[in-house]
Amino acid sequence: MKAVLKALMLGLVLAGGFAAGAARADIVIDVNRGNVEPLPIAITDFLSGDKMGAEISQIVSADLKRSGLFTPIDKGAFIEKISNPDAAPRFEDWKVINAQALVTGRVSQEADGRVRAEFRLWDTFAGQQLIGEQFFATKANYRRVAHIIADAIYERLTGEKGYFDTRVVYVDESGPKNQRKKRLAIMDQDGANVRYLSDGRSIVMTPRFSPSRQEITYMSYESGEPRVYLLQLETGQRELVGNFPGMTFAPRFSPDGQRVIMSLLRDDGNSNIYAMDLRSRNTTRLTNSSAIDTSPSYSPDGSKVVFTSDRGGQPQIYVMGADGSGQNRISFGGGSYSTPVWSPRGDLIAFTKQSGGEFQIGVMRTDGSGERILSSGFQQEGPTWAPNGRVLMFFREAAGGGGPKLYSIDLTGRNEQAIPAQGYASDPAWSPLLE
Amino acid sequence: MRRIAALTTNPFVVALVVGLALTGCASKKTPNSASDLGLGGGAGGVATPGSAQDFTVNVGDRIFFDTDSSSIRADAQATLARQAQWLNQYRQYAIVVEGHADERGTREYNLALGARRAAATRDYLAGRGVAANRIKTISYGKERPVAVCDDISCWSQNRRAVTTLGGAGS
Repeated sequence: MKAVLKALMLGLVLAGGFAAGAARADIVIDVNRGNVEPLPIAITDFLSGDKMGAEISQIVSADLKRSGLFTPIDKGAFIEKISNPDAAPRFEDWKVINAQALVTGRVSQEADGRVRAEFRLWDTFAGQQLIGEQFFATKANYRRVAHIIADAIYERLTGEKGYFDTRVVYVDESGPKNQRKKRLAIMDQDGANVRYLSDGRSIVMTPRFSPSRQEITYMSYESGEPRVYLLQLETGQRELVGNFPGMTFAPRFSPDGQRVIMSLLRDDGNSNIYAMDLRSRNTTRLTNSSAIDTSPSYSPDGSKVVFTSDRGGQPQIYVMGADGSGQNRISFGGGSYSTPVWSPRGDLIAFTKQSGGEFQIGVMRTDGSGERILSSGFQQEGPTWAPNGRVLMFFREAAGGGGPKLYSIDLTGRNEQAIPAQGYASDPAWSPLLE
Repeated sequence: MRRIAALTTNPFVVALVVGLALTGCASKKTPNSASDLGLGGGAGGVATPGSAQDFTVNVGDRIFFDTDSSSIRADAQATLARQAQWLNQYRQYAIVVEGHADERGTREYNLALGARRAAATRDYLAGRGVAANRIKTISYGKERPVAVCDDISCWSQNRRAVTTLGGAGS
């Protein structure tokens, strides 16, 4: 608990490319094309004196496969056995099994106990090395090394930033539905390294990362009153956000991490949106309607806020300036809309839509045009963006399913993946890329 | 806080919750109050007038709402009128009105909706003469369902406001 993100401090050193300047890739995955054919890629076991080499290549392979943009080739089909990862491979052996890209590497232990991981990415048809890099990390951090390698491969071959070296905070749920125990939890994006951040004695919900990744804001009943809190991940220190007379909820950080925006319950039973400066503690009211205004989310440049309001009769999505000016409704499809979240790229807003007895996860442009439903189900909600703005995570509960589970889906709507969290899980929030 | 904890650990309240869940899921009938569920009979005979059990069993501690609504329905008005009369007679109790929502909404919005239902219930009781400073409200959104199933018979029981009694009031 004390040092949940200690891993962040462990000095993962990226040493620049050790090969000659990167060659220009012939193979490129165009993620903007409608129907992306996954790229066949051969990921060989990294050479090592123990199991770590095979484990790293397995993690890299799983990351790339889940993205939907890559098809890792079964190792049983490999012809060449890589014995010297510093030498050029026999490209013919890889072309013949249709591996368009090849990953080779080595893991070794330094005298000081650190792990040294080297990898090379090859374009087999052009017969060129595309990346050659090495990393140092503590042994406890080897999974992060694998995620960083997967990010480097993803970025080189798609031209987009990766999202594998990231974490997810969420609410772990256990016990029967009418006595559900809820704990704050954090894990790697692939479900590994789960740690619990609260003891389950109080209802907790909606954790969200600060842009610094060191802090989360969430809502809890721990004082008996439902309130918004901050939690320092490294120290475990908790702090109430503001001293408001009524319930505070639906918190999120501003993109610069200086403010928390949230809803405050009014005495008449309606809710308005406030922003609080975390240094000065000055609070600004942004909405003042006799309605429920909630689920605020900043645009990545901090100039605008998207939120849910039922001022028109049912929940719909509105956009306003960060000072509360110019509040305009942007959702006009049939049904109700809530939980809007602005994409980190700024181009889209993800939402939950209720229509025809189903819950849908979708995206629309920031003016409300171009609505696309990516996923439908009996009960699902709460999208959160991967830091590259290409993938959403959300939670879903099937009818009679007992409890919610986490899923991801990419913007094509074709690549849905179950996230292997332990037990039931809800309210995921994706971290920025770790550093 | 101590008040809420005390009530939820009261074995009678737990028994009532179980009763609601079973009855609701077995039938499609929308329950309007505890007495509609057949819970008012036998137990009512032994409840001491003015006790929390008397309030729960003979008056009815909860009202129900339509989907996405915080309007006090006609059947709920009757329950709240009984509650107000009882609360005005037994002034020693502090009151916490809990607002709840069904699962058919998103988490944050339903938290706000539960708060709105609690406020509407508080205002109705205040309008019937219960001192507003005796009444606190709290919303649990969809976090504390009493009935667990995947159809409207359960959802309608979960859209509720529950008037709970604390120890000596202010």
